[in-house]
Amino acid sequence: MLDKNGIAKRIAQEIQDGSYVNLGIGIPTLVANYIPAGFNMVLQSENGLLGMGPFPLEGEEDPDLINAGKQTITTLPGSAVFDSAMSFGMIRAQKVDLTILGAMEVSENGDIANWKIPGKMVKGMGGAMDLVASAKNIIVAMQHVNKAGESKLLPACSLPLTGVRCVKKIVTELAVLSVLPEGGFKLEERAPGVSVEEIKQATAGKLIIEGEIPEMKI
Amino acid sequence: MIDKTVKNAEEAVADVQDGMTIMFGGFGLCGIPENCINALVKKGVKNLTCISNNAGVDDFGIGLMLHQHQVKKMISSYVGENAEFERQLLSGELEVELIPQGTLATRCLAAGYGMPAIFTPAGVGTEVAIGKEIRNFNGKDYLMEMTFDADFAIVKAWKGDTAGNLIFRSTSRNFNPIMAMAGKITIAEVEELVEPGVLNPDHIHTPGIYVHRIFQGERYEKRIEQRTVRTQ
Repeated sequence: MLDKNGIAKRIAQEIQDGSYVNLGIGIPTLVANYIPAGFNMVLQSENGLLGMGPFPLEGEEDPDLINAGKQTITTLPGSAVFDSAMSFGMIRAQKVDLTILGAMEVSENGDIANWKIPGKMVKGMGGAMDLVASAKNIIVAMQHVNKAGESKLLPACSLPLTGVRCVKKIVTELAVLSVLPEGGFKLEERAPGVSVEEIKQATAGKLIIEGEIPEMKI
Repeated sequence: MIDKTVKNAEEAVADVQDGMTIMFGGFGLCGIPENCINALVKKGVKNLTCISNNAGVDDFGIGLMLHQHQVKKMISSYVGENAEFERQLLSGELEVELIPQGTLATRCLAAGYGMPAIFTPAGVGTEVAIGKEIRNFNGKDYLMEMTFDADFAIVKAWKGDTAGNLIFRSTSRNFNPIMAMAGKITIAEVEELVEPGVLNPDHIHTPGIYVHRIFQGERYEKRIEQRTVRTQ
C-alpha cells in the first residue's frame, strides 16, 4: 500500500518530458517533488503563472508572487505571468497537457465530484470545473476509500459533480486504474503488497481485470 | 492626454451608492485594492453586490466590508478563508453565487471586449448549468454565460500614469486587468503614479481608455495569506 508520497511518486511517472502541467492542492502538489532531474516540465498555476518555482527562502517571500493555493512561491528562468482570463484561456484551449487533481468521488464513466458536500459549508469550486471540463488528460490522485471505509470509485457519484466523463486515470494507495471510454475502471497496476482481491473489495464501481495485474514499479 | 487623476481613495469612491455592483481585483489577498476597500468601509455604503474571486479574510480585504454588513451578495469562485463570511451565509444575511474561476474571468474579459455572452464547457452536467442555455459546437456541449454588468470595477496596479495606463507586477496581475476592462466606471489605485511618457507604451497591460479614475495609494500592507518557505 502507498502513502501520499508514494501516490505522488507513481503519478510523476505519468508526466511526459516537455509537458505543461497543472497540479491541484493536496497530493497533486507533492508530485512536483518526484520529477526526475533534467526533465522539462512547466507547472501552470491558474492564478496566472507558467513556470512555477519552489517556495522562496525565508526572507525572500514576495507578497505579489503566490500560487493558486495562495502560498508564496518563486519564478524560474523562462517563467511567464498573465491575467486570469488568459490563464483559463490556455486551459480551455487545451494548451495545458495534464491536470492532476484530488477527488471525493469518481464514477466508472469518468465523472468527478470534488467541490461540495451537501449540508456542509461550501467553499467553492475555484478553477476545478474549468480544468476538468477542458483538460486533455486528467489524472486523479486520491485515497481508494473514504474515512468511513466506503469506496470512492463508484458506479455513479453521489455528491454534486464537478465535471462529467473527464477522468482518464486514477492513482490510489492501492492501484492504478484507467477509466475506459465505454465505462468501467480497468485495473492497470497493484500497489506493492496489495492483492487484486483487496482492490476488488475497495472498488464499488465496475472493475475490469484482464490477465495478470503487474505490481507498480516505484 | 486626458488626466484621470483623483486625489485619493475617498474621492475615487465618493459616488458609490447603496445597492451597486462592484468588481474587486485580486486573487486571495494578492493584488487587492486596499485603499479603496478601506474607503468603502469608512463610507459605509450598504447592500453591495461584490464580484471578486475571493472574499478576503476576517480582518482584511473584503472581509472588512463583510464585518460592517455592507455586502448583500458575493459572486466568487472560492470563499474558503473567512469565518465571518460563513456565519453570515449560514444565517441567511449574505447571498453567495459560486461560479467557476475561468467563467468568472472570461465574463469580465468579454465585458471589456464588448461581447454580451461567452460559451464555456466549465460546469456542463453540474448544478452550475441549471437554467442556462446549452449549445453544442463540434460535438461538445458549452454553457452560455452572460457577461458581467458592474457599476464599478476597482483594481490595484503596480504602476500607472495620470492618463490611466496600468502596469501590474507578478501574480498580483490576476483579475485586475480584466476587471479594469469591465467596469462602467473603473477606479485604479497604484503603488506609483507617474506622468504620461514615463511608462513605455510597449509595457502597458491596461490602456488608459479603460480607466476613469486613478490615484497613488498609500500604506500598502500586502498581507501574505499562506507564507510558505523552503529551508535550503
